[in-house]
Amino acid sequence: MPINWRLASRRKALVARAAILQAIREFFIDQGYLEVETPHRIPAPAPESHIDAIPADGWFLHTSPELCMKRLLAAGYPRIFQICRCWREGERGKLHVPEFTLLEWYCAGGDYHGLMDHCEALIQSVARRTGRGDTLAYQGQEIDLASPWPRIAVEEAFSRYAQVSMAKALERDQFDEILVRDIEPQLPVEKPIFLYDYPAARGSLARLREDDPSVAERVELYIAGLELANGFSELTDAKEQHARFLREETYRRSLGKRPYYLPDKFLAELQDMPPSAGIALGVDRLVMLFLDAASIDEVIAFTPEEL
Amino acid sequence: MYTVSDLRKRLTIVINSQPYIVIAFEFAKPGKGQALYRTRLRNMVSGAIIDKTYRSGDTLEPAHLDQRNMQYLYKDDDNYYFMDNETYDQIAIGAGALGDAKNYLMDNLTVDILFFREQAIGVNPPTFVNLRVTEAAPWAKGDTSSADFKPVTVETGYELRVPPFVVEGDLIQIDTRTGEYVTRVKE
Repeated sequence: MPINWRLASRRKALVARAAILQAIREFFIDQGYLEVETPHRIPAPAPESHIDAIPADGWFLHTSPELCMKRLLAAGYPRIFQICRCWREGERGKLHVPEFTLLEWYCAGGDYHGLMDHCEALIQSVARRTGRGDTLAYQGQEIDLASPWPRIAVEEAFSRYAQVSMAKALERDQFDEILVRDIEPQLPVEKPIFLYDYPAARGSLARLREDDPSVAERVELYIAGLELANGFSELTDAKEQHARFLREETYRRSLGKRPYYLPDKFLAELQDMPPSAGIALGVDRLVMLFLDAASIDEVIAFTPEEL
Repeated sequence: MYTVSDLRKRLTIVINSQPYIVIAFEFAKPGKGQALYRTRLRNMVSGAIIDKTYRSGDTLEPAHLDQRNMQYLYKDDDNYYFMDNETYDQIAIGAGALGDAKNYLMDNLTVDILFFREQAIGVNPPTFVNLRVTEAAPWAKGDTSSADFKPVTVETGYELRVPPFVVEGDLIQIDTRTGEYVTRVKE
């Protein structure tokens, strides 16, 4: 046994991880998507209330490749995907490492309903290409990957699984707490499930529904209770986006967080962006699901504590 | 005052004048949402367990605990008995307040006894203890492919997971903060 037997014992996970990455690439390339790479270190992250970027030599490490990928969309690259490392300060737990791998893709002309279809096709394809068929076994649960996957509105999820309505939860500033504590553990696990239509204030880069501007066209994918992906019908109204960024930045600063510059170039180019849909999927968690791993530590070569 | 980023297993805090120790701690965060620090706390006096969720910005009152060096003597049905090495005073501590520490108590082991406002409430074992494996499934030699862990039992009755090459009779080092295997001890 090598001195670092913990690392040696992760061979199975690392091999499976490589196969999953390969299968993801094949899926998108087959569908005519262009793989892109955008800088990891950027001057101005999108201000978001509850996501903190790590400073890097006066700039920041990106928390997702969202802004640069949208600038590509605006410049006429309609179908793009990226697999990259992202950084979020202070996020460490069984499902979190501060440096993690995100798959993000955008499709011009699409909306969040299309994203849900696309997620189903992607996961099914990756399962097939890595020899897993159409069921997953995760922590004693059997998950059937065959379409269609249930889709429920967030408001409905609150009325089904929580003691209080979504409106009440928002009013009491308990939306996230109830989501994590009461709803996520009760979501059905026989199939993956989508939650969609989040409160408008919870989708700062998402388009609001035309017929109900109290909700944003945002969707989250859960498999076996794990939050796996988050996507939107993208907001393309530059003026509105500017106003929302200011609101988020004001909130961030009120909490004493590090100030960000506004991403001016992104805001200037947003007017060229066609109606689009985009989504980010946590690759480490996908590997956890496929490998039946209880902790993210089991599917990455090095945890921060081991460096 | 502690902040939520100080939260970790074994941190001791005061809630309503009672000392609590963090026995489980989970960081939970919806991608776009607020970070939540979910804790399971044990009341260090009564042994009662409560769940409490903290958010970014919350503060926690540290529990100031005194430690005294004592030797473990024996146990009966309800209590574990320790002796102060200097004064020869003996004290009893209820099993409920011991928590994981009972997994490491061998006769004559020297431990730190915790006092909160003059009351003995718990035991801090040394960070690393060496315990003998009393029960282990055999290891198929040459089986380098099996990367998994296997369960073993040590002399105190404690069960844990170890690499497959550990066999019955081995002395192993355990990190009492995590309860995890560290290494095999050469004798």
